[in-house]
Amino acid sequence: TRNILRLSTEEMEKQAVDGARRAFNSGRSRPLQYRKQQLSALLRLIRERQAEIVSALKRDISRSEFDTPIFELIGIENDIKLAESNLADWMAPQPVKKTLLTITDDVYIKAEPLGVVLIIGAWNYPWSLTLRPLVGAIAAGNAAVVKPSEVSKSSASLLKELLPQYLDTEMYPVVTGGVPETQELLKQRFDHIFYTGNSTVGKLVMEAAARHLAPVTLELGGKSPCYIDKDCDIAVACRRITWGKFANCGQTCIAPDYILCHPNIQHRVIEEIRQTLLEFYGEDPKTSPDYGRIINQHHFDRLLALIEGCTVAVGGESDKSQCYITPTILKDVLPHARIMQEEIFGPVLPIVTASDVNEVIRFINERPKPLALYVFSSNKKVVRRMLNETTSGGVLVNDVMVHYTINALPFGGVGNSGVGRYHGKHTFDQLSHHRACLIKSLAMERLNMARYPPMTPSRLRTSMFFLRSRSGSCDQALRAWAVVSSLLALALLISLLVVLLRDSNIAA
Amino acid sequence: MESQRQIIERLRAAFQSGVTAPLQFRLTQLKSLLSLLEDNEPQILEALQKDLAKPKFEAVLSEIDMVVNDLCYTINSLPTWIQPSYVGKNLATKLDDCFVRREPLGVVLIIGAWNYPLQLILAPLIGAIAAGNCAILKPSEISRATERLLAQLIPKYLSQECFAVICGGAEETKSLLENRFDHIFYTGSQAVARSILQAAAVHLTPVTLELGGKCPCLIYGRLDMLAAAKRLVWSKFFNAGQSCVAPDYVLCTPEMREELLPAIAKALSIFYGSQPKQSEDFSRIVTDRHWDRLMALLGKTQGRVVMGGEGSKEDKYFAPTVVVDLDGSDALMQEEIFGPIMPILTIESLEQGITFINQREKPLALYVFSDESQVVNMVLERTSSGGFCSNDGIVHMTLPGLPFGGVGASGMGSYHGRWTFETFSHRRGCMLRGWGLERISMLRYPPYTESNLSWLRWATSAKKKSWGVCSVM
Repeated sequence: TRNILRLSTEEMEKQAVDGARRAFNSGRSRPLQYRKQQLSALLRLIRERQAEIVSALKRDISRSEFDTPIFELIGIENDIKLAESNLADWMAPQPVKKTLLTITDDVYIKAEPLGVVLIIGAWNYPWSLTLRPLVGAIAAGNAAVVKPSEVSKSSASLLKELLPQYLDTEMYPVVTGGVPETQELLKQRFDHIFYTGNSTVGKLVMEAAARHLAPVTLELGGKSPCYIDKDCDIAVACRRITWGKFANCGQTCIAPDYILCHPNIQHRVIEEIRQTLLEFYGEDPKTSPDYGRIINQHHFDRLLALIEGCTVAVGGESDKSQCYITPTILKDVLPHARIMQEEIFGPVLPIVTASDVNEVIRFINERPKPLALYVFSSNKKVVRRMLNETTSGGVLVNDVMVHYTINALPFGGVGNSGVGRYHGKHTFDQLSHHRACLIKSLAMERLNMARYPPMTPSRLRTSMFFLRSRSGSCDQALRAWAVVSSLLALALLISLLVVLLRDSNIAA
Repeated sequence: MESQRQIIERLRAAFQSGVTAPLQFRLTQLKSLLSLLEDNEPQILEALQKDLAKPKFEAVLSEIDMVVNDLCYTINSLPTWIQPSYVGKNLATKLDDCFVRREPLGVVLIIGAWNYPLQLILAPLIGAIAAGNCAILKPSEISRATERLLAQLIPKYLSQECFAVICGGAEETKSLLENRFDHIFYTGSQAVARSILQAAAVHLTPVTLELGGKCPCLIYGRLDMLAAAKRLVWSKFFNAGQSCVAPDYVLCTPEMREELLPAIAKALSIFYGSQPKQSEDFSRIVTDRHWDRLMALLGKTQGRVVMGGEGSKEDKYFAPTVVVDLDGSDALMQEEIFGPIMPILTIESLEQGITFINQREKPLALYVFSDESQVVNMVLERTSSGGFCSNDGIVHMTLPGLPFGGVGASGMGSYHGRWTFETFSHRRGCMLRGWGLERISMLRYPPYTESNLSWLRWATSAKKKSWGVCSVM
């Protein structure tokens, strides 16, 4: 009887997607008013239920109650406020430059909703990574199926409980579940798929999307290198790096993954970090309320296996019962060590030595393009070289991770670290279709005559006159014309004055 | 003879050496490409004539000049485009430099199509070069003469280190796609697009797909029928209907159809005379196989042929054809026609027309002919398409400021002008901080306290727009 009463998994996913499509087709997600209303409801959710969100995160990942607002909630709030203030502008037609032939026409780009978007969240920042894309989806007028990560269990079930209390349930259904449910979802047709997670699953998502020719945004990861130059304020650098590396117990896609530095400063770096760790978490980080835990047994075991065979300079202890790994630094790590082959995603910081900037640049370029690149240096030349001779999703000089907080900066990877970008207006753009519009009238047919057959050399010449760019641009031609006509007018004015003066002389 | 793999590795090595990065190199290559077009116009026209019997007028306007215009626009604008764009910040980062850099992706693959064999492969190449990439061109093997000409001319004008032409058919393309590229730009059909996306998924390669579909043309309300008919006929039969943005089928009321048909007949006779076969201004179908496909469609249709319908296989001539009295389930309505057959379907109301369009896949272009702006606006608001043009056809894609691309089944991504440059660039978010103001940074470090948290929240939140200086914007 239980099986008869319960819907099969396949049907649940399909129902959610079908419902979302029905809701989208009704047209109610398109008006500005609706979008703003949903966004402000989402803002209320975050503000009113912050305590519950903080508890869920504590259960999921032992996240400190102070980390949650800074790392998750402020980003969502800022995105919502930005959208609320600017949505009318974003939705308005954007006029573009016209050619001589279209000077009397309306030429513009209009942002339109795509339809039904699938958002697949991740477990390390389960609220931010699921809700920030949702903010953009709502702002762009889409429906969205939200699939939070099952690994952060408490957050997933809390989201499933809360979202329907604030948002249009049909338009933004939450689908929970693991791999089979996700696979079932991916069989459905979406107008865009937004995935945050690892490259392996990223490839599967892209492949599933290929079947329906759906565009994707993939926010993946990789090993974000952190270069400490000899010429920098090493104490401040190490403090900032320590903060970024060990927040959320290293489980951040843009955490500095490993350090590259000259062998002569390795010791100093280790000492500065060790000192900072004491300041931050005390003698025993296990007892600090500000230090987190590894999300589950599987990742705990994975991290211990990575540490094996390396030289531990700081830390190295662990407690399986709590999924606790003490902040760990490894020194003199070799490039081919296992820990250098995959994204660490944990509180383990390897140091690889390199003798000069050339070696650092080569090292980075030999590897897949990372999501973030960090450079600590006071030397402008070094900074410029690192910017010009490497590539990465984003780059931050003399700090870690905070570029994430500027929602005017596009956030996304390149190559293996991802496809597409978001945050702030970029999410709106990513989840919209920018439709090219040309509004003409049937008048001015004489101008068109030149392009119709039968063709004569003179018609060709006329058409080319109107369509061809000059080596200057249309702007320059107009400017030239403006200058010439001003000079002509000036000349006329002068001649008129001369005539008047002469006349007045004669009169006198 | 180099293998595909060797060519790709050679280009990758060139890219990694940094030779394509400087503005000077990119401008030199673009100017060289311009010379290629200027020096070889007769040969290009000849190749296009061989491939598609393309009239000189069409070839100059839609192939050579379009690329030349894009080149001039890009050459003039590139120094501006490559500048970093600075962005606004929040209070905690007020003294930092935040900007977005456009960076090259690496080695990109551009797969061309046969209907505008020059434009569809060179227009993307312009942006690829402008963005600082190396590129492999894979022209369509169906437009054989142009393919051979490109294979001959590109190495003469562009750096052979950085740019290569690889020729071949389906087999060669398949093996080419097993390699890793940093972007794949494909123009062509939906079926092939799916396999390209799947090949791209293996390497997480971003793609731009310029596909097609059936571009609807709605004629409704008050309008100058002859003017509309001329523009409709021009857009439909340009390149013998073999344009991805040609109006595929027409929707209008039975009353309007009565006015439309004679207007179309008049336009056809003005353009191509009474014997379009003799007109120098009417193209041919690209291959026998495509000609057969079109004839077969005419054979299967339930509609009535009121104009044209004849053709001759020897010279691949297919007359400008109009078919009426058919509905949405007809053979002519199942696939993109891509030929000189114009079905005219009747609708009772604008609402019905819009519903008809929305029941189908999102098209690459959507056209409305009407003098009534509320008709135009209603269709614009209630439908979606890659691009939209009222009271004309095709010309929206000639405007350098407009992005050209599809949505849904008609494609993903866009290009032309600056948009090509952006397609082939990575937008890297950059932030440069100083060492000072560590006091503010201290707020974020553990051990965490309530008061630190509230200061930090205040400093990093967005303020209302009216606060100006303090806002994130």
